[in-house]
Amino acid sequence: MADVIKTATRDAYGKALVELGATNDKVVVLDADLAAATKTGMFKKAYPDRFFDSGIAESNMMGVAAGLATAGYTVFASTFAMFAAGRAYEQVRNSIGYPHLNVKIGATHAGISVGEDGASHQCCEDIALMRVIPGMVVINPADDIEARAAVLAAAAYDGPVYMRFGRLAVPRVFDESYQFEIGKAVVLRPGTDVTICATGLMVKEALEAQEMLAAEGISAEIVNVATIKPLDNETILASAAKTGAVVTAEEHSIIGGLGSAVAEAVCEGGKPVPVVRLGVNDTFGKSGPAVELLHIFGLDAQTIVAKAKQAIALK
Amino acid sequence: MDAVIKKQLKIKACTARIGIVESVYNAKSGHPGGSLSCVDILTYLYFCHMNVDPQNPKWEDRDRFVLSKGHAAPALYAVLALKGFFPAEKLVTLRKSDSMLQGHPSIKYTPGVDMSTGSLGQGISAACGMALGAKLGGKNYRVYTILGDGEIQEGQVWEAAMYASAKGLDNLVAVVDYNGLQIDGTCAEVNSPYPIAEKFKAFGWNVIEICAHSFDEIDAAFRAAAEFKGKPSVIIAESVKGKGVSYMENQVGWHGKAPNAEEYAQARQELDAQLAALKA
Repeated sequence: MADVIKTATRDAYGKALVELGATNDKVVVLDADLAAATKTGMFKKAYPDRFFDSGIAESNMMGVAAGLATAGYTVFASTFAMFAAGRAYEQVRNSIGYPHLNVKIGATHAGISVGEDGASHQCCEDIALMRVIPGMVVINPADDIEARAAVLAAAAYDGPVYMRFGRLAVPRVFDESYQFEIGKAVVLRPGTDVTICATGLMVKEALEAQEMLAAEGISAEIVNVATIKPLDNETILASAAKTGAVVTAEEHSIIGGLGSAVAEAVCEGGKPVPVVRLGVNDTFGKSGPAVELLHIFGLDAQTIVAKAKQAIALK
Repeated sequence: MDAVIKKQLKIKACTARIGIVESVYNAKSGHPGGSLSCVDILTYLYFCHMNVDPQNPKWEDRDRFVLSKGHAAPALYAVLALKGFFPAEKLVTLRKSDSMLQGHPSIKYTPGVDMSTGSLGQGISAACGMALGAKLGGKNYRVYTILGDGEIQEGQVWEAAMYASAKGLDNLVAVVDYNGLQIDGTCAEVNSPYPIAEKFKAFGWNVIEICAHSFDEIDAAFRAAAEFKGKPSVIIAESVKGKGVSYMENQVGWHGKAPNAEEYAQARQELDAQLAALKA
């Protein structure tokens, strides 16, 4: 296992911005005094003329992003998820979402895996907040390969996109040939007994859970749901119909995120099956090393296995 | 200012005032007070100052206008209609479910609207983004925004004020419609934003203070702002809320209320008389 590549999705974000900057002079990047942490500093270094720091003023930054977008720029606005989706929520809703402007929100440090900074910075509500804004695309990449692909796809898409990146270095899931498409969920492992829909860093855990379940004779189908909005109902419903039980796994509140989106889709899909949600269980995070916290909050392969058995028992 | 031009502006502004009252009356809701207080400046901007093309509202080199105090939409719509962005007949459809004229400005519904606004404090940030975009693209267009004096209680306004000055956005002009009233009472009573000039000066802006209803002063202020380099300019325009309709003037109750039939008749009578006198 020593050769497993581990990269934080925020690093992939920074690199992808630099890549975009080289070919598209309309790409502009904004940050709110966190360029070193969000990795937009890479873009700042490469294209200082197209990087603007708003200082610690996220609400204004979102409005500036909107204004730049009306002037024909493809704007990436970055800060931590807590401040992008939380503090500046209404600016994102009214100044970016309502006029449907071409602003890409690159939100880093999402979820419990922020680690030692603790609950004030561990945003587990951002998917819910962004998903409810009409016309907002919400993407939560699983690894560096997918993060890069998501950034390029977001730049090519005309409209607001919320991208969720992590602080923690996570193992690579995909290889260079991976094809990302906004709105497309991907079956990573076929199975017959239970569907596990996972997003972000929980995708790797789901893949491990699949092996653990297989050892017990349970066949799990793993679906990577990188785009939470628009949700790929077709892929998810087809898998749910095939296996008859669904588990969702996300580093986000069980309220309003992937779990809610999948449950809504499955309930309305005509062939309801049990859905068991795994996520941050309606509680605030706390300080601690990221990997330790993920286990404490049950965001790991072992808990996915338990939830899978629970879902199968509900059939 | 040239007397002929000034007379034409007064006629346009009075016509716009009639449009405001007519549209709010037909909508049975809306914000006449703060529309009437800023309509002279809007009239000046669209007829005497800004480089816009009603036939090509998305023209990329146009000057931009953001109504940060979005509730004054009836004033913006009345002036846009006069300028020819859409037919004046549309004004009576304000706030109706099939109308192109939303309760607050929306770029998705109305040609000539450069930014969706309504939630206070946000428009000035978008205006900063537009001004920054002009600098970045080497374009000469300028950006104008009107804020309410109550609106500047929003913290975001000061985030934007700090930003515009720090980034040297001298192609941005903000106007504070200083009418002294907000929904719950006088601004001084509710949560005093005063002194306004000193605050903007402290944030690094070029500050100009005028009467919001004098076209001579308005003209001088915008010309001075255009010539000022290195910093954004703010024009603090002391105005009369409800200006032009006697019973609305300086009355806090007319912030967000439509006139009834009798009140509308009186407003029309007053404004029609003003218009006739101007044309005489």
